[in-house]
Amino acid sequence: MLTIGNKTFNSRLLLGTGKYPSFDVQKEAVRVSESEILTFAVRRMNIFEPSQPNFLEQLDLSKYTLLPNTAGAKTAEEAVRIAKLAKASGLCDMIKVEIIGCDQSLLPDPVETLRATEMLLDEGFIVLPYTSDDVVLARRLCEMGVHAIMPGASPIGSGRGILNPLNLSFIIEQSTVPVIIDAGIGSPKDAAYAMELGADGVLLNTAVSEAGDPIKMALAMKLAIEAGRLGYEAGRMPERDYAVASSPTEGLVTI
Amino acid sequence: MKRTIELNGNRYDMPAEVGNVQELLGHLELAERIVIVEMNRDILAKDAYDLPINDRDQIEIIHFVGGG
Repeated sequence: MLTIGNKTFNSRLLLGTGKYPSFDVQKEAVRVSESEILTFAVRRMNIFEPSQPNFLEQLDLSKYTLLPNTAGAKTAEEAVRIAKLAKASGLCDMIKVEIIGCDQSLLPDPVETLRATEMLLDEGFIVLPYTSDDVVLARRLCEMGVHAIMPGASPIGSGRGILNPLNLSFIIEQSTVPVIIDAGIGSPKDAAYAMELGADGVLLNTAVSEAGDPIKMALAMKLAIEAGRLGYEAGRMPERDYAVASSPTEGLVTI
Repeated sequence: MKRTIELNGNRYDMPAEVGNVQELLGHLELAERIVIVEMNRDILAKDAYDLPINDRDQIEIIHFVGGG
């Protein structure tokens, strides 16, 4: 079970909702993923085309927890404005703080992220900041009272997987709140690896939406996260430099 | 009395029959949609949709879109 704030979830897969080839594929991908937390962005509506379909409006909202992000914000103040807009929908009180500090790498701005997090906690939000894999920054966010921390595996949408497993494992070890590996997951092995490191969950979007078959990939990610978690809980064998035979060396018969 | 507002960043001439925010949403066929309304940079609670819209008001209609 994954607990964030006052909510508990069976699924450890948080799914983004951007860039799917069609709403039908997306709906089915969301269903098979068994995700309970879905991320969204907040944007100005194209009011002159009101008939445009909207994915969120096609969901049974009683089944999902919405995690809006502050994507598009470059400062803490902009992020707080977006968070308040999202909350005003009456549909959610969680917010993913996402303040980009570099247009090329889309890495988060640590200073603005800290500022926004503090402001949003004061406002009573359930705050999940997207951060880099900086160990000290993660600790500072924890101390502030965030409800989860979400360090990136690698740049958003890059699909490069986990670039710094050591830092992530330090963050996981030190964290007093759930750690959700967010951004950069490319394939099921990355998701399983994140969970084997001891992460509490994985947030991904492009790895599913841009897969050849997003529905099949959604299922693969669900299974990878479950497998990785079970492996972590089971405790892996130690690594050794030399081979150790699995079959007994006693009682060998000569054929 | 002609009223021209800024609606989602565009100049918009208010139809004479539209008086308040709720009526504007109805006119734009957005009354049943999941939207959030900001008026002059203040977020409006749903029970404030009866606020009249005046000349030069700035209105933003926001919604949720796919994102990661």
